[in-house]
This record gives sequence, C-alpha cells and structure tokens, in this order.
Amino acid sequence: MSDEVGVPSTPPVDDWASDYDIFDADYINDPYPIWADLRGECPVATTERWGGSFLPTRYEDVVEMARMVPSLSSADPIVVRPPDDQIDASGAYHTVNAPPISADPPVHTWSRRLILPAFSPKATAKHEPYTRELCNKLIDDFIETGQVDGAQDYAQQIPPRVIAHLLGVDEGKADEFTEWVRGVLEIGLSNPAVRQASREKIFGFFQQEVADRRVNPKDDLISELMAAEVDGEPISDNHIVGTCNLLLVAGIDTTWSSIGSALWHLAGHPDDRKRLVGDPSLIPNAVEELLRAYSPVTMARVVSEETEFKGCPMHVGDKVLMNFPGANRDPEMFDNPDVVDIERQQNRHVAFGVGIHRCAGSNLARMEMHVALEEFLARIPEFALAEGGEVTWAGGQVRGPRQLPIVF
Amino acid sequence: MRIVVDSEKCEGHNRCYSIAPELFDVDDYGYATEANGGVVPEGMEDKARLAIDNCPEYAITIVEE
Repeated sequence: MSDEVGVPSTPPVDDWASDYDIFDADYINDPYPIWADLRGECPVATTERWGGSFLPTRYEDVVEMARMVPSLSSADPIVVRPPDDQIDASGAYHTVNAPPISADPPVHTWSRRLILPAFSPKATAKHEPYTRELCNKLIDDFIETGQVDGAQDYAQQIPPRVIAHLLGVDEGKADEFTEWVRGVLEIGLSNPAVRQASREKIFGFFQQEVADRRVNPKDDLISELMAAEVDGEPISDNHIVGTCNLLLVAGIDTTWSSIGSALWHLAGHPDDRKRLVGDPSLIPNAVEELLRAYSPVTMARVVSEETEFKGCPMHVGDKVLMNFPGANRDPEMFDNPDVVDIERQQNRHVAFGVGIHRCAGSNLARMEMHVALEEFLARIPEFALAEGGEVTWAGGQVRGPRQLPIVF
Repeated sequence: MRIVVDSEKCEGHNRCYSIAPELFDVDDYGYATEANGGVVPEGMEDKARLAIDNCPEYAITIVEE
C-alpha cells in the first residue's frame, strides 16, 4: 500500500489462512484469488495482525455471522485496531460514536428507526433530480478535455454533495467532507493522530450545525432528528452528532468506491459498456451485479460473549470481519462468481450487508450509482483506461479505486 | 399467480421493489409487503420470479402458481 494512504508497510504474508493482512498490497489490489484459495482450504481465516481477527470467506458463513446478534456486537465496527503502542494517551481510538451502526439493540433499534424514513425508496427518489444535475455539471467540467480521473473528478465528487444536500449542510464544503472521511476510513485506519483530528473536525462541524438549528430550525434531516422524540424524550445532541457522523462517513467513501469500481469495470470491458449504452434499461440490473462483484464494504463485529462458530471458539474481544465482498464471490452461491454478468438473473448479493445492520442508505447508494452511470454513459459513450495510466486502489474497510485515469 | 412477503424475514433490502414496484409496497422503514393482495397481474409472472430470485432474505414465496 502506498504512503499516500498512510498504511505502514507490514511483513509479507506467507500463510493467508493463519496470518492474513487486509492491508497487504496483494489483498488491496486483488483480494479475489486469496478468498478463493481460503474457501477451499480454511474458510474462516485468522490473523494476529492489526489487533487480531477472523475472516470468513463463504457466503453462508458471512450471512450467519452477520445475524449472530448480540454475541457478535457492533460496539466497535472499525475493521482494525492499531498496535497498542499507537494508541495515544488521549484515547484517540475510543469506540466509534456513530449510532445505529455502532450500536446493538435496544439503542440500535430506535436509532435506526429514526433515520430509515429518510432513506426509503420514495424519499431517496426525491434526491434524484439534484444528483442528475450534479453529475451533468461535473461532466461539463471535463468533457471537452477528452480525459478524466474517473475516481477523483467524478465518482468522488458525487456522494459528498448528495449527502450534504440530504443533511441540509453546505455543499460547498464537499472537499473538506471528503478529506475528513478519508481521514477516518482510509488514512486514519492505521494512523490514530489523523483519525482523531478528522473525527474532531466532523464532530465540531455537526455540533455547530446542531447549535445553529436550535436558533433557526430548518427543513432538513438534522432538524428532523432534533425534533424527534423517543419514548417522549428528545434525542441528545451527542446522539444526533453521532448519527450525522455516521451518515457523512458511511455515505461518502462507500458510494464513491462503488461508482469508481463500476467505471473501472466499464472502461476495461467495452462489451458491457456498449450494451449499457445501447440499452440503458439494463443499468439497474448492472448496478446490482457491479455491487456484487466489487462490493466495497467490510464492517467488523466484536465478540461480546464467549461463543463458538462451527466448533471454533471465539473469545470476548475477538474481531470478526464481515467479509460481504468475499461472500459475493462464493461459487456455492453464485454461478461463475468471478464473471461480471450484467444481466445476471439470480443475484442475492449482500453488498449492503444482512441482518439488523443492513445498510440504511442502500436505496440512496443505488440511486446515486444508477444516475452516475446513466449520465456518464449518455454523454461519454466511448471511453477506456488511459494507456500507461496507473489505477490505484484503497482497501481495508472500504475498497475502491482512488486514481482512475480514463480517456475518451 | 399469487405471492406473499414474509415480514419476519424482510430486512428492507428493497430489491423486490426496485425490480417490480408494481408488485410490492414499501413502508416508511423500507419493509416490503405484497401489493394487490399478492395477486400478480397476468404477464408479470417473470418479474415476480426475478424479485423472488434476488431477495437476499428469501422472504418472498409463491403461494399459488
């Protein structure tokens, strides 16, 4: 992994079954053959690296583990713990405050119900015209040049603005939002100082937004959360700030990665690109297939009570990685899982997770991917990866291209 | 054809609704129920089967062919 994303180099991996490293360059760039080997030899891998964890690779196992509530808790959903000597005295690595993703029932139940209505299919459809206009403005900026970095200048630009629009905060701060989110989810995964500074910026920003709305309520999601009550009691500001933190962090890096991976696929697979250009009605099905094949998100659970999985003991404090991307490549579940078939008819993918933590923003993500691809393909029907251009990937918790030079 | 959604199994992926909005309703919390009392209008059987085949929770079943 390059220095750019701040992950220190680690010893090479000799045995993926007992010593995997999700920050190994091979894992970030092409994890699929690694998972395929593990499924045959040791379907639940283990490692002592990054604080230690288990990594299931089969669909059946990942789905079963995702539903092991509360023995597999969501109290700390970040994938890695830094080495002890990197945890600073100020508590930079304290547990994430981002309900409902960082909560178990009963707090999970009510805090999730608070936000779900904002992400129903009908509610997210209201943001489609904004998203479509945004995509076109972005395309206007580069269409005359014949080239674009599909990750940085297109995919990355969409979700921070859509989330800002949904929350009711300044869309002009999109670049800052992106920097903060990368500070939490990419650079900060192994760099507690960056992570802490980014968290403080996010919390500080939303504390101010909440304070502003105490004086001047607005017609937006933050004001709605502030007006909500649970069992007759208002929601604490701390909880609202935590939920806003979640919506920002979870809404940006993930969807940007999915849009980027989709463009990367289409840039390298002209047949699929031509089929979608010729028949845009295939795009929704293609979006689901691209989500399956290039699922970006791996969340973590932490064992909260002594338990076992298929005879294998798991102890309190052990981490378990919810390897949804690996589950989606399991040949026991999907025919030819490594083939992207944009007209795949049976596709029970779990890119958005399963169980009580199923991605609350899945309809929004789906809409953004659909619109981003539809507008790009309509205006730039012919494009390819730039010859000699370097495609780079980020990985670990969220996998997707970070540099994607495209010519057209 | 008649279909039914098992609300105990539905986790709100909304794959059914995005495939066949004519055949499903979704509440404010994203949970699906069958529309039209589950009756699939003639000619929409394939869409119903597609929704069934894409539900990660196996929550949709055919109760009458």
